Amino acid sequence: MTTFQARTHTVTLTERLKDATNVALIAILLGIPMIGLHTVDAGGKLMVATRWPWLLAFVATMFFGRLALQFAIDQFKLKRLTRQRTRTLEVATPRPWLKWLGYGLLGFSLVLPIAFSDNRYVVDTATTVLIYVMLGWGLNVVVGLAGLLDLGYVAFYAVGAYSYALLSTQFGWNFWETLPVAGALAALFGILLGWPTLRLRGDYLAIVTLGFGEIIRVILINWTEFSGGPNGIGSIERPSFFGLPFKPDSDDGATFASFFGLEYASEHRVIFLYYLILVLALLTNLFIARLRKLPVGLAWEAVREDEVACKALGMNVTNVKLSAFAIGAMLGGFAGVFFAARQGFISPESFVFSESATILAIVVLGGMGSQFGVVIAASLLVILPELGRDFSEYRMLLFGAAMILIMVWKPGGLISRREPSKVLAGVEK
Amino acid sequence: MLQYTDVHAHYGAIHALRGVTLDVQEGEIVTLIGANGAGKSTLMNTLFGKPRASAGSISFLGQDISRHHTHDIARSGLALVPEGRHIFARMSVLENLQMGSIFSDPAHFDADLQRIYGMFPILQQRLEQRAGTLSGGEQQMLAIGRALMSRPKVLLLDEPSLGLAPLYIKQVFNIIRELNERDGMTIMLVEQNAHHALRIAHRGYVLQHGEIVLSGTGKELLASPEVRAAYLESSAHA
Ligand SMILES: Nc1ncnc2c1ncn2[C@@H]1O[C@H](COP(=O)(O)OP(=O)(O)OP(=O)(O)O)[C@@H](O)[C@H]1O
Ligand SMILES: [Mg+2]
Repeated sequence: MTTFQARTHTVTLTERLKDATNVALIAILLGIPMIGLHTVDAGGKLMVATRWPWLLAFVATMFFGRLALQFAIDQFKLKRLTRQRTRTLEVATPRPWLKWLGYGLLGFSLVLPIAFSDNRYVVDTATTVLIYVMLGWGLNVVVGLAGLLDLGYVAFYAVGAYSYALLSTQFGWNFWETLPVAGALAALFGILLGWPTLRLRGDYLAIVTLGFGEIIRVILINWTEFSGGPNGIGSIERPSFFGLPFKPDSDDGATFASFFGLEYASEHRVIFLYYLILVLALLTNLFIARLRKLPVGLAWEAVREDEVACKALGMNVTNVKLSAFAIGAMLGGFAGVFFAARQGFISPESFVFSESATILAIVVLGGMGSQFGVVIAASLLVILPELGRDFSEYRMLLFGAAMILIMVWKPGGLISRREPSKVLAGVEK
Repeated sequence: MLQYTDVHAHYGAIHALRGVTLDVQEGEIVTLIGANGAGKSTLMNTLFGKPRASAGSISFLGQDISRHHTHDIARSGLALVPEGRHIFARMSVLENLQMGSIFSDPAHFDADLQRIYGMFPILQQRLEQRAGTLSGGEQQMLAIGRALMSRPKVLLLDEPSLGLAPLYIKQVFNIIRELNERDGMTIMLVEQNAHHALRIAHRGYVLQHGEIVLSGTGKELLASPEVRAAYLESSAHA
């Protein structure tokens, strides 16, 4: 009733006062037993005493607080209304500052391990950020571009990781040999899952993918002969620098350190891994940016926007979705290979639902479909909990509060405006 | 060019089309009028196999297409502007037009685009605007423009005047007529707005409860007392 009024005419002062009075009345009712009366210990006996000034202060606070709150809400609504009005005029022009910020970030990420070469923790954390950036970009193809809600993305990450773990420990394959195979395998899983399920709409697809993610994890836990069960797979071969391993000097063959005449240091590998994931992530970014300009990339977004129209235009909607699913899965698989290579040990515990949820949060928080938003969101989601370590058990609480604040402040995600995929050159202007 | 022969269609137990026979010849504007729920949209959608015709046949250019895949039909030269526009709201105007040409030869993309600009100058001014922020009339033009980008042989329009102000309605019908007269486009038009539709149509059909109850030239139908009574009285102001 009141909300209806608030929308049809501007709220008068009397109405606001009345509203605040109501709140004050409730405050009195609640306040009498809670604040107005209290018990005092009078020589072993409990006595009831009164605190009327306190009650008065409480009620007054409620009264004026309510007025202030309502005023703030009014202002907020007004602002939102004007923002909505301006939004209709919005033109999707590319923003040059975003591009420069992107280059700046790229430069920063290139020099980061050099600047922090004595701080292993920073480089390690940055590597984790980049893994999530890559996963975010992969899932972004599925969720952000094609609009398919996938709650089991971690399954493809697991496929990639276990592919490398098994192929390297059982058959002695190296990182670069496994990478394409694991990617193809993850894509195949994507297609196998997608083929029967992509006809499902929104919520159903989400449930099926959620189930798929769990199935993969449960299989990994229980099929001990294959995956090592809950114990996982250890001593996975670490990636080498073009055949030069990162090991202390020994007699059997050259190592990275001996080849370059350096003193062996464990940081070498950390920094190498950082650059490796940086290269993988950048390739992913280029790949997606390229796809977005091709018809298939446009088709993903079109399917997200309106399936009826896509069918009327002659698109095979299922195939378009399947391609998004497969490519997203493949990128997840790549990230998985890197993860296994970096850790040297994997177990089903790394592939639980909360991982899927984190990756999804990165995509949503970043602003569905925005490549740059994913970078910011991944950084936030990895670094915030790290910073919060001092708060120990309150860490997740703070993290949740931060997420809620961001969603209130930017309901469409951090970068909610999408860049047009193509600006015609030469035809207009 | 387009021929429906005794076409039936069902939605579960609902018998939405009960033996429809009609044809559209090259270069014609054929309009289909009828009350809400008469089955007009169903008639157009069965052409694309959504829903499939449960009996009868639909042929296009002499070939029975009633068993073909939806996407194959849509790529064979039939372009549907579905009821309610269905533009890609969060994509730019230009991207919407690009989607229309996704299966046609990129070589004539630029020329086609120029043609659309000529027809709808407003779209050229709004190329980079998000399509969802266009006005209703502009969105309708975009939907038509997008369909034309696929270089169809037959353009199918399902209630293009839906929800438009009288001025826009006039504009949309003018465009349809122009398309037909200048470019020789064959058009099948479903309309509630019987008066306007019949005025520009060469021929028309009246659909009632899934059956064709009346057919004739646009002029004949406009003059027919049944049509006047059922479909024209309320829109007499136009
Ligand atoms: N997807 C569907 N599932 C079940 N019934 C449907 C479906 N689509 C249409 N119908 C039914 O089929 C009948 C014909 O519908 P249709 O949409 O073809 O009517 P229409 O002539 O286009 O009406 P309008 O002028 O309101 O658009 C209606 O009774 C409708 O309820
Ligand atoms: Mg209809």
